[in-house]
Amino acid sequence: MQQNNPNTAKIIKAYAEEKVVTEPGTTTKTHAIDMSNIVKSDVDAKLADEKVCIEITDFNLFYSGKQALKDINMTIPDKRVTAFIGPSGCGKSTLLRCFNRMNDLVDGVTIEGNIKLEGNDIFDKNVNVADLRRRVGMVFQKPNPFPKSIYENVAYGLRIQGIRDRRTIDTVVERSLKGAALWDEVKDRLDDLAMGLSGGQQQRLVIARAIAIEPEVILLDEPASALDPISTLKIEELIYELKDKFTIVIVTHNMQQAARVSDYTAYMYMGEMVEFNDTSTLFTNPNKKMTEDYITGRYG
Amino acid sequence: MKLKIKNWFDTGAPFVWLNAGAVSISIIMVVGLILLIAVRGLGHFWPADVAVFDYYAEPGDAPVRLMGEMVDEEVVSRSRAGNPGYEGETIQRNLIKTGNRDISGLDFRWILDAGIKNKAYPDNSMVVERREWGNLYAFLTSIELDGQQYNNESGNLWDRFQETITKNNGIYADIKHIEKDLIGAINYKMERLRLKERGLELKSQKTPEKVAALVQQREVLQLEYDSYTAELERLYGILNGSSFTAKTAEGKEIKIALAKIVRAYQPNAMDIFDKSIFYLEKFWEFLSDDPREANTEGGIFPAIFGTVLMVMIMAVMVTPFGVIAAVYLREYATQGPTTRLIRIAVNNLAGVPSVVYGVFGLGFFVYFLGGSIDQLLFPEALPAPTFGTPGLLWASLTLAILTVPVVIVATEEGLSRVPRAVREGSLALGATKAETMWRTVLPMTASAMITGLILAVARAAGEVAPLMLVGVVKLAPSLGLDGNAPFLHLDRKFMHLGFHIYDVGFQSPNVEAARPLVYATALLLVMLIIVLNLTAIRIRNSLREKYRAAEQS
Ligand SMILES: Nc1ncnc2c1ncn2[C@@H]1O[C@H](COP(=O)(O)OP(=O)(O)OP(=O)(O)O)[C@@H](O)[C@H]1O
Ligand SMILES: [Mg+2]
Repeated sequence: MQQNNPNTAKIIKAYAEEKVVTEPGTTTKTHAIDMSNIVKSDVDAKLADEKVCIEITDFNLFYSGKQALKDINMTIPDKRVTAFIGPSGCGKSTLLRCFNRMNDLVDGVTIEGNIKLEGNDIFDKNVNVADLRRRVGMVFQKPNPFPKSIYENVAYGLRIQGIRDRRTIDTVVERSLKGAALWDEVKDRLDDLAMGLSGGQQQRLVIARAIAIEPEVILLDEPASALDPISTLKIEELIYELKDKFTIVIVTHNMQQAARVSDYTAYMYMGEMVEFNDTSTLFTNPNKKMTEDYITGRYG
Repeated sequence: MKLKIKNWFDTGAPFVWLNAGAVSISIIMVVGLILLIAVRGLGHFWPADVAVFDYYAEPGDAPVRLMGEMVDEEVVSRSRAGNPGYEGETIQRNLIKTGNRDISGLDFRWILDAGIKNKAYPDNSMVVERREWGNLYAFLTSIELDGQQYNNESGNLWDRFQETITKNNGIYADIKHIEKDLIGAINYKMERLRLKERGLELKSQKTPEKVAALVQQREVLQLEYDSYTAELERLYGILNGSSFTAKTAEGKEIKIALAKIVRAYQPNAMDIFDKSIFYLEKFWEFLSDDPREANTEGGIFPAIFGTVLMVMIMAVMVTPFGVIAAVYLREYATQGPTTRLIRIAVNNLAGVPSVVYGVFGLGFFVYFLGGSIDQLLFPEALPAPTFGTPGLLWASLTLAILTVPVVIVATEEGLSRVPRAVREGSLALGATKAETMWRTVLPMTASAMITGLILAVARAAGEVAPLMLVGVVKLAPSLGLDGNAPFLHLDRKFMHLGFHIYDVGFQSPNVEAARPLVYATALLLVMLIIVLNLTAIRIRNSLREKYRAAEQS
């Protein structure tokens, strides 16, 4: 881990100030991950005590008849970071894309079961999908800024909502870019094309774009997969800051990352939800052998 | 040896050569074509020297004295030259422009080179461009202004002559302005009043008050009209008061009213600088003036104007239509056998001979649609058709359906290049599909749409056959766009460069005189298309620059 990185040190320091306790290293020896560095703010948090944000019951999804999600049952807690981990192709993205009904756009998708956002079925035919997506923002695996200026990228969601007032938009753009830790880097070139930013900056820009419309939930699909360690770290810091205001669901292949940023972690395998628990338990004391194999790197 | 050839093939060099050869041949052909029409067309405006010589049609015949410009020469066999008495297996003959059509009956004649004797280029040989009867080649003897005769005793006859021509041309322009613009506008208003009255009659609302109002308006117009005719009479009086006398090479004296001439010049006395200025003047006249003498003289401005206007109206119609069709096909329709069938149909539409579109346009647009529009909206003008006759609107529409496949195909291509990720990004922010299309996808497709438009415009500007059926005429009395409300007259017929080429080249009474004009017009049409395309390409490139990065991600 990047112990010598000043930023990491800063996070750890921040955690320490919140009187965060380091996990006892009981099972660490068998882990590929050095759990001694994994710090948690909600060590005692138990799923049952959390306020539910998204509730998924008996959920199945088929791509043209091929089952991609099998009997998923889980609840995603409000104002917490939930991570999805699992081998490639196990259905993490698919599940994530169900929360804002992005899968509607894929031909031949059929679903069974239901998903409730704050108690309301999101697949109900009275639901306005655009409204749902306004409430459930998404950041994609690859940064996908619009071929517009940096400013217009962030303002996009507001303009869609019909907000015209230049002042309001200015304020929101600044706040969102600051929120995404990008403001200092771009404040002098807001009118430049977003394509001119580096990959990491673009990724933070699309995060800024997503938080500009103040959704309730933010879905992050491997937001750091294409980034260098510093950008990754910035995004992790960002997630840490955002979770006060938003419910965050993050898909990641990087187990250290899942361990670092999430409160709860779900391990998926072949479309099934194998194990879902608070992060420290899942990483230190997994219930299933399969989970343990995966997180210790014995998978495959 | 065999191995060597195989090796040579394996290097890929043969294909490089083959491709390079193909590219070179294409470039040579394009450049060659443009050079050919440029040389042939642009040379026409250069003032050629005027030769005076004795011509013996047969050796020993009595000579005739001829005067004219050498236009062309060729070497032909004896028999083709009509077995003249001159020696030689082959005979050179020259085409000379002798003008004076009113005297000799022909403008051009082929003469045998061997029969030319005593050739000279006297400085005082004069070319007069006339408004009718073509050029006059002669020597100026005297001019008559308001009954007073001047000859060259004081040596300033030529200057006085030029001065008078300049003055007359000013008056002539005034006359044209009054006749065409002012009286034209009055006629137009009169016609509108007549239609209004007829309209009232048809709706049986012809009350005495309304009729009185119309009569009053008509009287006002009539008064205006009378004042213009008085002014015209005065101007014509001035114009007709002057004439000049000239002597042709044969020694014949002729007297011509100065009002009938456009310009007179003495090419043999001009130096290269004078000639260049003259050249530019002539070229400008070609670009900016109305045609004269069955289109063989003067300019082609109405044809340029008509072509550009028609192409622009077509572009305005074809773009939204093609884009909407492409967006529906690619974005909204469920992809399946039906969409595939539509695509095949669209692609095949591009291969239908264009004259078929003309027939369709005539039958459907002009007779059916136009006829119905006349019945519904312009009953007062019937039986004279308003839209039920070929015109600008129908020509543009016909070309729009002719070119819509190109726009559809190009736009679809552009839509398919917009990455899924960008669309999803927009949808994930709560944009509806329509908002995503409008704010993100279509702007990213703009460069492809413009590419389609470029191809459409290039095709439409060069198309002639369908236009002959749906709106082009040899000579349009007025432009499609003028100062009379509603300014844009979609019902009018118009002139077109492509048709002009055909008309001047093949329908002209004076083919020899018109040939250089065919080249010059062709050059202009090519230039026009190049300019239209370059403009569109510039717009496209600037757009493409902006969106390239997004497309690659
Ligand atoms: N549009 C689609 N059409 C058909 N099958 C799909 C589609 N998208 C995903 N799948 C299949 O669904 C399964 C789950 O895919 P998903 O993208 O959710 O995996 P993932 O866990 O996100 O993998 P990765 O970590 O590689 O992104 C895979 O077997 C994949 O092939
Ligand atoms: Mg994925």
